[in-house]
Amino acid sequence: MSEKKVISGAEGVAIAVKLCKPKVLPMYPITPSTLVPEKLSEFVFNGEIDSKMIHVESEHSAISALYGAYATGVRSFTATASQGLALMHEILPIVSGSRFPAVMFVANRALSGPLSIWNDHSDSMSERDQGWIQLHCESNQEAFDTIIMAYRIAESKKVLLPVMVCADGFYLTHAYEPIQIEDQEKVDAFLPDYTPEHYLDTTNPKTFGAFAQPNSYMEFKEEEEKAMREAIREIIKVSKEFDKSFGRKYGNGLVEGINLEEAEYAVLGVGSVCGTIREVIKELNEQGKKIGLIKLKSIRPLPVEDLKILCKDLKILGVIDKHASIGFGGALTNDIRSALMGEKVKVEGFVAGLGGRDINKEKIKELINTIMKNKEGYWLK
Amino acid sequence: MKVKEKEKKENIPLTCGAVITQPGSTKKYKTGEWRTFIPIIDQEKCIKCGKCWMNCPDGAIFKTPEGKFMINYAYCKGCLICEKVCPVKAISHKVEEK
Ligand code: SF4
Ligand code: SF4
Repeated sequence: MSEKKVISGAEGVAIAVKLCKPKVLPMYPITPSTLVPEKLSEFVFNGEIDSKMIHVESEHSAISALYGAYATGVRSFTATASQGLALMHEILPIVSGSRFPAVMFVANRALSGPLSIWNDHSDSMSERDQGWIQLHCESNQEAFDTIIMAYRIAESKKVLLPVMVCADGFYLTHAYEPIQIEDQEKVDAFLPDYTPEHYLDTTNPKTFGAFAQPNSYMEFKEEEEKAMREAIREIIKVSKEFDKSFGRKYGNGLVEGINLEEAEYAVLGVGSVCGTIREVIKELNEQGKKIGLIKLKSIRPLPVEDLKILCKDLKILGVIDKHASIGFGGALTNDIRSALMGEKVKVEGFVAGLGGRDINKEKIKELINTIMKNKEGYWLK
Repeated sequence: MKVKEKEKKENIPLTCGAVITQPGSTKKYKTGEWRTFIPIIDQEKCIKCGKCWMNCPDGAIFKTPEGKFMINYAYCKGCLICEKVCPVKAISHKVEEK
């Protein structure tokens, strides 16, 4: 029965995964994603889920086994964070290039050097070019819902690309919030069984992971790019249907504009920081300052057209970047700037929150003051 | 270079995920032109043990109905593993003339 439960974000993710009925769960624990495999192994042990859990020896093996599971044609799942995702790097483009609609949960955590277990977006942002759809979440309910939507989006015949569902480590994974847990029947109705395009079958042998010569490699990559563009439409469609079935939505599924109607200045954020930005702009709006928020949910595909529309009346957009492309500022800022090239809005980048540095209300106010004074962005420490 | 230009004109099917849906497609890919050295079997010396046939990494050695071991030069890459494993030195090589 549908019920509201106060649980951790990670438990919410595990329950959402259970409702999607994956057949194979190759898992390797890493902070702050560990609670997800922990909960899932409990479900497997208790017979609450009919899945095979594989205790692999590394994240490289976890993603390789995920690839193997999809080659046999079954829905599967894994979760990771930080160095774990970095260790998976080699296999990430093989999963997407094979057009396997896998879903992986990333509990965003800083990459080492120096070692940090705390949150930023350096892990997933460093993998944004590997052909995975990347959807971020502001709340635990959104993480729960995004897992379910992710399978629908990935498995759409028009898309067939893997999805990383990203949620901020600790800020969301370890935070307890009420989550509406949906009924199995309702999830089943929303998410039909997975029917693979190709799978390993001894009676009908096929070659997976084949070699492509220079005369075809580019065409296969171009197909991925087309699928990623198709994903823009598909995410909007799935988000609408999710809203119809469950009564919740997150912008159009890609991006959400808040208080932009009369705003000349706005802040763009990704993930849990949007909650704090909402609070700040509410206060400032009450003081008569017209500040808006752009909550970017989808890093890939980047909803360029939506961003242009949302920013059309803005003077300056301040981007909060939780990952620095060392040597060329914030990676997200660079993306947003090129997406808005030729538009009248000016984009200022603020690298912030690295390695778990708190982005509190004061810092967001400082950012807003800076853009309102038409000053350049900087490392907001 | 000739092979590449020819292949370019062929219409390569863009299967989802670059899956090859028909078995045996490797046969279409003739690797013989990679060869620098060409192995030659001296049938007089050969004792038909089949070691070269078992060890050829490209499956380029085949057995005729009469039990002779021969090399299919359309696929032989000239690695000379066959020469190395032959117990009676029945295989020698020359530099391939192109
Ligand atoms: S040279 Fe190498 S590829 Fe050619 S037949 Fe001998 S073992 Fe096979
Ligand atoms: S290894 Fe030498 S002797 Fe044995 S079959 Fe091959 S050529 Fe003949």
